[in-house]
Amino acid sequence: MNAPAYNFAYLDEQTKRMIRRAILKAIAIPGYQVPFASREMPMPYGWGTGGVQVTAAILGPQDVLKVIDQGSDDTTNAISIRKFFAKTAGVATTTATDEATVIQTRHRIPETALHANQVLVYQVPIPEPLRFLEPRETETRRMHALAEYGLMHVKLYEDIARFGHIATAYAYPVKVNARYVMDPSPTPKFDNPKMDNCPALQLFGAGREKRIYAIPPYTQVVSLDFEDHPFEPYRFNAPCALCGAENSYLDEIVTDDKGGRMFVCSDTDYCEGRQAAGHHGSLSAAPYKEKAQEKSNG
Amino acid sequence: MTTIAELPPGFADKVLSAQSTFRSVMDAMARPGSVQRIVPMAGAPGMMMRGTAAIALTLFDHDTPLWLDARMSESSDVTKWLKFHTGAPVVQDSSIAAFALVSDGGALPPLERFALGSSEYPDRSTTVIIQVDSLTAGRSFELRGPGIDGVATLQASIKPFDLFERLRMNEALFPRGIDVVLVADDAVVAIPRTTRVVSKGS
Repeated sequence: MNAPAYNFAYLDEQTKRMIRRAILKAIAIPGYQVPFASREMPMPYGWGTGGVQVTAAILGPQDVLKVIDQGSDDTTNAISIRKFFAKTAGVATTTATDEATVIQTRHRIPETALHANQVLVYQVPIPEPLRFLEPRETETRRMHALAEYGLMHVKLYEDIARFGHIATAYAYPVKVNARYVMDPSPTPKFDNPKMDNCPALQLFGAGREKRIYAIPPYTQVVSLDFEDHPFEPYRFNAPCALCGAENSYLDEIVTDDKGGRMFVCSDTDYCEGRQAAGHHGSLSAAPYKEKAQEKSNG
Repeated sequence: MTTIAELPPGFADKVLSAQSTFRSVMDAMARPGSVQRIVPMAGAPGMMMRGTAAIALTLFDHDTPLWLDARMSESSDVTKWLKFHTGAPVVQDSSIAAFALVSDGGALPPLERFALGSSEYPDRSTTVIIQVDSLTAGRSFELRGPGIDGVATLQASIKPFDLFERLRMNEALFPRGIDVVLVADDAVVAIPRTTRVVSKGS
């Protein structure tokens, strides 16, 4: 017998139906966390089991998949999930944001603007934005039911009282379609404005916590703030050292043991694309074209 | 008597057909008012349309209590086909149904009789699938809401004629509410509970 060891995209059909029904309800109620019967996946919790299940439920043979981990296509997590779907679903994979139809992400939204034919799937560790304020699920559920979000504003206010500004830098709470307060997953708050009125469908999967939620395209997503302390996307005060981008989110890279460091785009595809287009930063070793030349010669 | 061998077939390729059908329904739900096409086709029993049959095969199973309108539930072709291919239990009580299949929109019961979900669990609501005459011609409706860039225009010939007036209850009920999927042959349009009709012409 040469029967394949897995169903297409790993999950069995009954599981996919269950997840698909949850996704439809999630889209119908923007920002509401739909409980679902999360399965054990062949990877540990915390490695994107929720995102992987959502991706597996929507993925088809025509799709082109991109997986990023903190903006990078080249980290262990991103590569292993990309290989997982290349193996179990035989889908084409890419690192180019533009070419992808399904993008699974951990903790970043690509810098390149998304378009209407794309689905962005987030891996979510803790879907409940109120969890650290109220540990009881029964209570947080009631707070969502009553749209009772004062506690979240108190938390942001305490930031201001203690630090003089809202110090929440990632997993910054948002209000979706003027109703549900939602955790955007631990993306830097720099990415929050990209969620608002986004042409692409955004799906969120939390495997351990067994929740799926969604932001439909062209939906209002507002970062919580105060009139006198408006939301400000955080950014380093320097351009990318490799591509010179002034408007992208930067990672700090330690370069030696003497305190040397550089700041580079966390979105590797965006950075490489800019370098290929001739942009370079203060620490580019050589113009990109020369490096490419060397590579092809060597 | 219909034997299993005489039942219209399900999907030729269960896995990929269900995936393709789901993506059409998901796109419809994510972009209310847009007409999506369901490509893979299965056999459809009785008065069930091709699109409805494909959606049934994609989303129904033993976990989804199913409510059928009078015309559907009286057709043994339909009930046998659903039972054989999906295994979904058919219930008389519409308020516990996960899905409702309506072939005769004129006889659509009051929407309050379906499950509206609770404030804590608004997802535990009925998705009402209504077969309509056309989703490309007829009266025009202007829709607004999440998933729509500004205004979407839907031209459709729908029964009941006052469907969108009835759906206005979603406005006050939110986050509870009814999500509707309209099917005309292989075309599908979704009207989730967040969609508002702003005006309509003739």
